[in-house]
Amino acid sequence: MKLLKLVPDNTNIKFLKLRLPLFIMSLVLIAASWGLVAVKGINYGVDFAGGQEVRLTFEQQEEAPIPALRELVAGLGYGTPVVQEFGEPNQVSIRVRLPEEAENVPGAATEIGNEVIQIIEAEYSDVRRDGNDTVSGKVAGEFRNDAVFALVAAMLAVALYIWIRFEWQFGVGGLFALFHDVSLTLGMFALFQLEFSLQIIAAILAIIGYSLNDTIVVYDRIRENLKKYRKMPLPELLDLSVNETLARTVMTSLTLLVALLPLLLFGPASLFGLTAAITLGLFVGTYSSVYMAAPLLIWLGVNSSSFVPQESVVDKQERIARGEA
Amino acid sequence: MLDFPTWKKVWLWGLTLVACFAAMPSIFATASLPWPEALPDPEVNLGLDLAGGSHILLEADPDQVGSQRLENLEENVRTLMRNASPRVRIGDVATNNGRLSFILDNPANLDRARELLLPTVNGTGLTREWDLSVVDGQRIVLTPTSAGMSSAVTQAMDSATEVVRKRIDALGTREPTIIRQGDTRIVVQVPGLQDPDQLKELLGQTAKLEFKLVDQNALPSDVLQGIARAGSEIFPYAESSQFAGQSVAVRRLGGIRGDNLTGAQQGFDPQTNEPVVNIQFDQQGGARFARLTTENVNRPFAIILDSEVLSAPNINEPILGGQAQISGGFTVDTANNLAISLRSGALPVDLTVIEERTVGPDLGADSIRRGTLAMMIGSVAVIVLMIVTYGRFGIYSTIALGFNVLMILGIMAGLNTTLTLPGIAGFVLTIGAAVDANVLINERIREERKRGRRVIAAVENGYKEASRAIYDANITNFIAGVLLFLFGSGPVRGFAVVLVIGLFTSVFTAVVLTRMWVAGWLRKARPSDLNV
Repeated sequence: MKLLKLVPDNTNIKFLKLRLPLFIMSLVLIAASWGLVAVKGINYGVDFAGGQEVRLTFEQQEEAPIPALRELVAGLGYGTPVVQEFGEPNQVSIRVRLPEEAENVPGAATEIGNEVIQIIEAEYSDVRRDGNDTVSGKVAGEFRNDAVFALVAAMLAVALYIWIRFEWQFGVGGLFALFHDVSLTLGMFALFQLEFSLQIIAAILAIIGYSLNDTIVVYDRIRENLKKYRKMPLPELLDLSVNETLARTVMTSLTLLVALLPLLLFGPASLFGLTAAITLGLFVGTYSSVYMAAPLLIWLGVNSSSFVPQESVVDKQERIARGEA
Repeated sequence: MLDFPTWKKVWLWGLTLVACFAAMPSIFATASLPWPEALPDPEVNLGLDLAGGSHILLEADPDQVGSQRLENLEENVRTLMRNASPRVRIGDVATNNGRLSFILDNPANLDRARELLLPTVNGTGLTREWDLSVVDGQRIVLTPTSAGMSSAVTQAMDSATEVVRKRIDALGTREPTIIRQGDTRIVVQVPGLQDPDQLKELLGQTAKLEFKLVDQNALPSDVLQGIARAGSEIFPYAESSQFAGQSVAVRRLGGIRGDNLTGAQQGFDPQTNEPVVNIQFDQQGGARFARLTTENVNRPFAIILDSEVLSAPNINEPILGGQAQISGGFTVDTANNLAISLRSGALPVDLTVIEERTVGPDLGADSIRRGTLAMMIGSVAVIVLMIVTYGRFGIYSTIALGFNVLMILGIMAGLNTTLTLPGIAGFVLTIGAAVDANVLINERIREERKRGRRVIAAVENGYKEASRAIYDANITNFIAGVLLFLFGSGPVRGFAVVLVIGLFTSVFTAVVLTRMWVAGWLRKARPSDLNV
């Protein structure tokens, strides 16, 4: 049987030739992402903003009366709700944000939630409640703090591990690549104003994990080649390492993609945001391993001496004494 | 590397099969399995987002425990001083800033008062409950100690948890989970509940029932403005009552509390046919109620529930049997809920719902169906891709993948963890990522062959050189996963748990098991070339 080869043997693509422009572009993208986060803001879901999200099915109708629902709930005086189709055309999710003045009132979210449900159930008799989340301001604040703390702790801890296993330059490079991935993901959410929920934190964890995988595979090969080809200039050596691992990178990205796509297309609607974020992160993570994590090593001054035991002064004297060159 | 003695094979297969075996009850209904009685029956718990049900987080306000405690202390102090012989006369008792203070009419009584207060101040436990200080030689100030305060909060939360449990049991729900969380929170998880509204209503009702005499001397204009005379306080009527919007002034002291009840049932008023709650006092409560009603015939008293007046009927005659009827514009449902709340006792502290997550059973079942479908399609796609790319080695990784999925389920069942909706995404991701180890190994074997190594050496080197990156990558992922599990909340944890378990099983199946199979094949077939 003839086996499939996605990447031809012995590729020699000069990936790192473009390292400077691409690195600058990445820096610009990172800055733009944070700019977007600052200007447009993150569209926090109920988990982080507090408030209520209720999912309803209209059993007797082909299509949910979205504009009418928006008007009905807005009439309660808690601002215009986000009403959108959720899964099927006759299913909707309605999101009401916690008013600012209610953020410190512990029971406010629940009360608003009850009002929203009551007014809808009074108006439509065929409505079935599929799900209801209400989160008070206090709990939302805790979720925010926990999420930021967990992500920062996770990123620092893995950078520390890479430093211990490789060299400090690799730790910095890996951390920077992760920072790039997380920044761009956040930027994407700010740009398209996608709902940012607790699930997205899980997605970011997955992106971090995947990007790390990639970075470590490339780094491992760089380390191996540094020992093998001590005289090779670093940019050339990095290109060689990326090329040697290219077949693996393509194959693994592909297996992940074919596993994720069905989830994106046929999976439960509640998982769409999570899956979409991971799928986007797949590309960002692969890119950052090649164009962020690797070139940083050049600028941070990695060389083969990091991994080849240095000859001590005593050894050198002994060698000379033995009359060796 | 390729040497597998029999004992090693036995261990590896044993471990694999035990873990896979443990997954069986989660996949098939135990009833349809010939599952031996003697064995434990581990099953992966489905999270509420998959099984349907309600998750409710309740929080108590610790300040309220403090003010309740202060109120009790005030009564205690008054009783102690009054009942002492000879009586210790004191001036007004002031409670503010969490402290209680009062002036002795006669400074000479200071030591006696101190002695009388000693048991109260020291409490029954190991730590002192109150700090006693004396100002100007005749004012006694009692300040709560932090140890006393925190033990009071703990006690209040313990009994609140008990009350919550009784109320939920009264609803007849199956397998509720009720857990204290932190200092002031209670988590309630009720699977498969159809009507979370009743549950929330029940848990939100403190059910502190009081009977207090109406202060008939209060000026209606003062009551309207909320100005209470000394010794009385003002409560609004409940919204359900026919006097909603109005308020009543009642005498602060001399009433009784409705915590000495032996029963409470929903019933109907024989005259008006309005839904009411009938309550029965225990002996002590009945005696107090009888005294209150005997001494105050023809005066109105207010029935107060959670600081709202339900009704303020006239006492027409002494009520001696220890039975009373509470009316206040109830519906059958609200009367029923109140009866349940009163039977289970009052909450020692108000609980507020600060987070609720409810998933209907239809949505949960739909999520499982769609999640499983996506997982199957994804697995088939990954398998096809692996086999067309790596041939025989692809088949090995495919079999390893199958064992991987079973082992994750088995370990999750054994550790009694919960599978949630994000956990399903974690599964899919693990399936996609688990083969990465095989990709690394197989690509490395290809490379080694290209460099001209012989078959055995290429395979051996392939596993050895690839393992380094595999272990490093998995350890870093493990670190990230564990941190997110520890510090993350809700969905993040459900995702992280699958991911972390998946890391272990992936390395085990994709690296260790496939190596064993490949080694066995090499030994048997002794191929001169590899099609990889």
